[in-house]
Amino acid sequence: MKLTNRSKVVSNKEMTLAEKIYLPAIFKGMGITFKHAVRTVIKGAPAVYSYPEVQKPRADIWRGQHVLKRDEEGRERCTACGLCAVACPAEAITMTASERTREEKDLYREEKYASVYEINMLRCIFCGMCEEACPKSAIYLTDRLVDVETNRGSFIYGKDKLVEKINERIDITERQSEKQKNAVK
Amino acid sequence: MDLLTFKLILVLALFLLSLTIAAYSTWAERKVAAIMQDRIGPNRSGPFGLLQPLADGGKFFFKEDFTPQNAEKFLFVLGPALVMFISLITGAVIPWGRTLNIGGESFDLQVANIDVGVLFIIGMASIGVYGIMIGGWASNNKYSLLGAIRASSQMISYELAMGLALLSIIMMTGSLDLKVITETQTSGKIWGLFEIDGLNWNILYQPLAFLIFFVAALAETNRHPFDLPECESELVTGYSTEYSSMKLGLYMFGEYVNMFISNAFMVVLFFGGYNYPGIEWVTQNWGENAAGILSIVAFLTKTVVGILIFMWIRWTLPRFRYDQLMHLGWKTLIPLALVNLMITGAVILAFGN
Repeated sequence: MKLTNRSKVVSNKEMTLAEKIYLPAIFKGMGITFKHAVRTVIKGAPAVYSYPEVQKPRADIWRGQHVLKRDEEGRERCTACGLCAVACPAEAITMTASERTREEKDLYREEKYASVYEINMLRCIFCGMCEEACPKSAIYLTDRLVDVETNRGSFIYGKDKLVEKINERIDITERQSEKQKNAVK
Repeated sequence: MDLLTFKLILVLALFLLSLTIAAYSTWAERKVAAIMQDRIGPNRSGPFGLLQPLADGGKFFFKEDFTPQNAEKFLFVLGPALVMFISLITGAVIPWGRTLNIGGESFDLQVANIDVGVLFIIGMASIGVYGIMIGGWASNNKYSLLGAIRASSQMISYELAMGLALLSIIMMTGSLDLKVITETQTSGKIWGLFEIDGLNWNILYQPLAFLIFFVAALAETNRHPFDLPECESELVTGYSTEYSSMKLGLYMFGEYVNMFISNAFMVVLFFGGYNYPGIEWVTQNWGENAAGILSIVAFLTKTVVGILIFMWIRWTLPRFRYDQLMHLGWKTLIPLALVNLMITGAVILAFGN
C-alpha cells in the first residue's frame, strides 16, 4: 500500500570503497561544520537572540496574557454575560456579575458588570476561545507573557491585573477581525 | 640555578599549564560547538565568557557531594582521583621545548628524560582506564558498570592499534626516547630530496600510521565519535552516572587533561615535537634562549591546534555504534597497522634508514 509519494526504496547494495573507508564522508562533514564556523565568526551568529536584552519578536496575533478592555470613554466593556467562561475549554474563567448603580455609569458600559473576574493562568491554555466568544469585544489576548510566580495562588489573576489601566491602554487592533472592529462601534 | 630547582619550577609550571589548558578546553569546547551550530556560546561571565571555567569550577565545588549508600566508598573516591593523577603524570616525560640557557647552563625542558618515554605514556594511558573501570564498578549501578565495561573494552581494543602504529615510528627512529624521536625530526632531507631544517616531520613518512594513531587517540581519550563510555542516550552518561560535585568534575577535567597530553604526545611523534621550520637558523643567529622559547610556543601551538581538531571532529560526527566501534578497531585498524608496519620494515631493509 502506498500512502505517500515520498517513500524511499531501501537497498542493501554493497558500499563502494570510498564509502567503506568513511574518510571522504568525514571530510565532507567537517567541511560543512567548518563553513558554519567561519560564517559565524565573520558574520556573527545568525540563529541567536541575546535573550534578556533582546526579546524574540512575537507575532502580532501571539496569544499571551489576557486583557479586559475599556471603551473609548474608559468604561469597562465586560457585561459579565459568562460566554467566555462557557467557551473556555479549560474552565479557567470565573466571574461574579453585579448590577451597576447610577453613580457607576462612567465606570461600566452596560447595566451589568463583573464585580469579580478571575482567570486561573495555570489552567488557561491560551486557546483564544474567550475572545472569540465575547459579544462585547471585552476580552482579548495580548502579546505579553504571564509573569513568573513562586506560588500557585498568584496565578489566579483578578481584575486588578486583567483590566487595562486607564492611562496605559493596550493596543489590540492588530488581532481584531473586521467584524469585531465594526461590532465595537 | 641547579638542576633540581629548575625541574621543580618546570613541574609546577607544567602542572599549572595542564590545568589551565584543560580548564580553557572546556570553554573552547563550548565556544567551538557554538560557532559550528550558528550560536554564540558562553558570553556572560567575563569578556567572551572567559571566566566561565571559574564559574564552572565554583559550581562543581559547591554542589552536593553525594555518595550512593551501597557504593564501595574507597574505590568510589579513588576512581576520579586516579584518572586525574594519571593524566597529569604523563606530562613529565614529554619534551616541551628545546633548551633554555639560564646562567650559562643549558636545561632540557623535560621533567624526566627516561629512555622508555613512549612505553611510559602508553602504559600510563592504559592505567587511566582503571580510573574509569573502578569508578563504574564502585558506583553499584548497572548503567555505570556497562559504561565502564564499554570503556575498558574499547580502550584495550584501540591500544593495540595505537601501539602498532607507534611501532613504525619507533622502527624508523630506533629509540623509545621521546627526546631522541624529536631530535631525529630536526634535520635531514625530506624524502631524501630537499632540506629545510626543523621540518623533517614523521607525518611526512608515516601518514597511515598517523591516521591510525589519531583514530586510536580519539578512542583512548573517550572523545567523539568514540565516547561510548558516557553516552547519555543509552547509558545515562555511563560510568559517571552516580558521580556528582567535584568527583564528576575530576572525571571531566581528567578527560580534558588527557586530551591535552595525548595531543602533545601526537605532536612529539608525528609533528616534529618542538621543531619548527628554521630552528637551527634561529639557534645560530638569535641564540639558544630565543630558539628555546620559540620552540615552546611552536609545541603549544601545535598541541592547541590538535585539541581544536579533536573538538571539530566531536561536533561533526555522530557517535559510533558499539559493534561498529569494535569492527573498526579489530578488523580495520589493526590489520592496517600491521600492513603499515610491514611496509615500513621492508623500506628500512631496502634503503637502510
